[in-house]
Amino acid sequence: MDPTTILAAGVASGTVLLFAAVGEIFAERAGVINLGVEGMMLIGAVVAFGTAVATGNPWLGLALGTLAGGLLSVLHAIITISFQAEQVVSGLALTFLGTGLARVLGEDLSKAGAIALLPTLTVPGLAALPVVGPIFFTDQSVLVYVGYAVVPIAWYWINRTRPGLHLRAVGESPTAADTLGVDVYRLRYTYVIVGGLFAGLAGATITLAISPGWFGDLTVNGQGWIAIAIVIFAQWGVGRAALGAYAYAAIGRMLIDIQGPQELFGFPNPFYVNHTLTFFLGMVPYILIILVLVAVSGEAIRKRIGAPAALGIHYVRGERGH
Amino acid sequence: MTTSAPARQPEHGRFRMARTIHLERRLEVPRWLPVATTIGAVVVALLMSGVILWFAGGDPVAIFIHILRSSFGSLGVLSDTLVTATPLILTGLACALAFRMRLWNIGAEGQFLMGAWGASAVLLIPIVPAGTPSIITIPLMMAAGMLAGALYGAIPGILKAYRNVNEIIVTLMLNYIAAAWIAYWVFGPWSEAGFQLTAQFPKSDWLPRLSDFASSVPAFAGLTVHLGLIFGLVAALLVRFLLFRSRRGYEIRLIGDSPRAARYAGINVARNTVIVFAMSGALAGLAGMSEVGGVVHRLQQVISPGYGFTAIIVAYIAKLHPYGVIIAAIAFGALILAGREIQPSGIPAMIQGIILFCLIASEVVLRYRVRIERRAA
Repeated sequence: MDPTTILAAGVASGTVLLFAAVGEIFAERAGVINLGVEGMMLIGAVVAFGTAVATGNPWLGLALGTLAGGLLSVLHAIITISFQAEQVVSGLALTFLGTGLARVLGEDLSKAGAIALLPTLTVPGLAALPVVGPIFFTDQSVLVYVGYAVVPIAWYWINRTRPGLHLRAVGESPTAADTLGVDVYRLRYTYVIVGGLFAGLAGATITLAISPGWFGDLTVNGQGWIAIAIVIFAQWGVGRAALGAYAYAAIGRMLIDIQGPQELFGFPNPFYVNHTLTFFLGMVPYILIILVLVAVSGEAIRKRIGAPAALGIHYVRGERGH
Repeated sequence: MTTSAPARQPEHGRFRMARTIHLERRLEVPRWLPVATTIGAVVVALLMSGVILWFAGGDPVAIFIHILRSSFGSLGVLSDTLVTATPLILTGLACALAFRMRLWNIGAEGQFLMGAWGASAVLLIPIVPAGTPSIITIPLMMAAGMLAGALYGAIPGILKAYRNVNEIIVTLMLNYIAAAWIAYWVFGPWSEAGFQLTAQFPKSDWLPRLSDFASSVPAFAGLTVHLGLIFGLVAALLVRFLLFRSRRGYEIRLIGDSPRAARYAGINVARNTVIVFAMSGALAGLAGMSEVGGVVHRLQQVISPGYGFTAIIVAYIAKLHPYGVIIAAIAFGALILAGREIQPSGIPAMIQGIILFCLIASEVVLRYRVRIERRAA
């Protein structure tokens, strides 16, 4: 129950959620919901781990895992953008397909032993800072630092660059964007695939850095869905998504650590005394997500903000619409 | 959407022919077309799955024949297929009903679990004293299962209707919460001698099976089909009546097609959202009751191989039609049943994903028609 340990662990495993959520923000900002995050993460995780086991090179695993997530997202792009199928259902199909395919590919991987992981770094100087140092800059995986870099870059790209303006235009008003010469279809394809690459990276981050190994579906264990919830919590903003990802993961870690000690605050620890009560602790993250979504929807109504206006709506050139 | 192929120009033609391929929006869909595209999509999906299986080193023909033989090959396995199809019919109806109104209930799995819990609670709390005749306990279990499922389904309904909270995320989160809830009861208060399951229900409270009547009809010996199948068939009839013959159903379909038109017509969308979610949850809850009452005969942590998720595909294959759900549920019951023996274990899930992809991709044929025009340039 050491706060520094909990927060440092939250930053580490929150990086997974951060990557997946940032990817989904890109896709949704372009107007395409992709509910296949869980499936793409599983594919990224299994390809990354399998490659690392086969070649002994985690960097190659990272590259191929990321690409595998991107490759799977192409399916979603074709079906929703070109064939104009329902985005929700296509995303669910992607999750089914990714889960099944990952289990097929991972058939022999659960027995694979330890692999070479991606390196961890301690930043000299920054690590010595009080509070912040031990949490953010001590003994963290190199991918955690990639996460620190992704957040400002993605924010700058979306909010301060010309391509970012086009991205937002395509998600808010594709007709207007098209009129101004922005290629709506091409941009939507691009950002759905960017989302897939990030989801693949998120999966690879699990198996190569945060909790190595292949445990079938449980490797990702619903984190793809959590990432989608974080996107809504973040109201499609990158900075708030990072905050949500780290906080969620830290709370998750705290709920595990709370089960250990015999006494909590001087009282006998109920979760230590009666182990079956820990199942209620297991519900807490999910209840929390629901409560946060309820709170955020109230905020969205008050401040008149919300999802990109054309989110989930097909764009058909020459037909009436957004 | 107009995709134009570049004109091909014959080198020595007397006049040049321009050939263009148009995709144009259909105004009317011929009645036979949806069925044809569905069958076509499933065939394409199976071919694609076959290719993947072949790449994975399997023999696709042998695997497909194995699936058919171990699910329809004899009266005994056919009966097992129908047993697996039973929860899929009910959860498939749950999804079809909600999807008609474009409510994405991805929570049939959780509502199924809560239904199973509610039905079990009747015997395990116990709500009725031991030895109560089954004519009382079974209807009580049905009511408890449906009520638990309906209440659990109403949560995302209320949040969606009155707070505009995304129902996909809420239903998914509730699935995890339901699983933890079941785990608590089977590991804790209802644990049988420390094992992770409850005591077996008294035999008199099991849903009657065909084999129970083997003494009068010898052909029924060994057939596991139970009363739950009748629940499913009756539910399909009722849902069809509700959707296509009742005022409520008209409202549901209108909201699904055009929420704005429905609002202008004075239909209470919020109320219908809660009602449909609750009905959907009740159907899934009944599936859970039928599974613990007719198959598992106790509550334990794993009672569903993902029926609530497969139900989404079942509903889609059926084009959200209640009778179609029955047929699709039997097909997927076969896939799940045979899939238990197929290695690697991910293959059935993969095939399900491919089928769903092909289905929604095929719908482009329903919305657009391809026209190839030749005209002199």
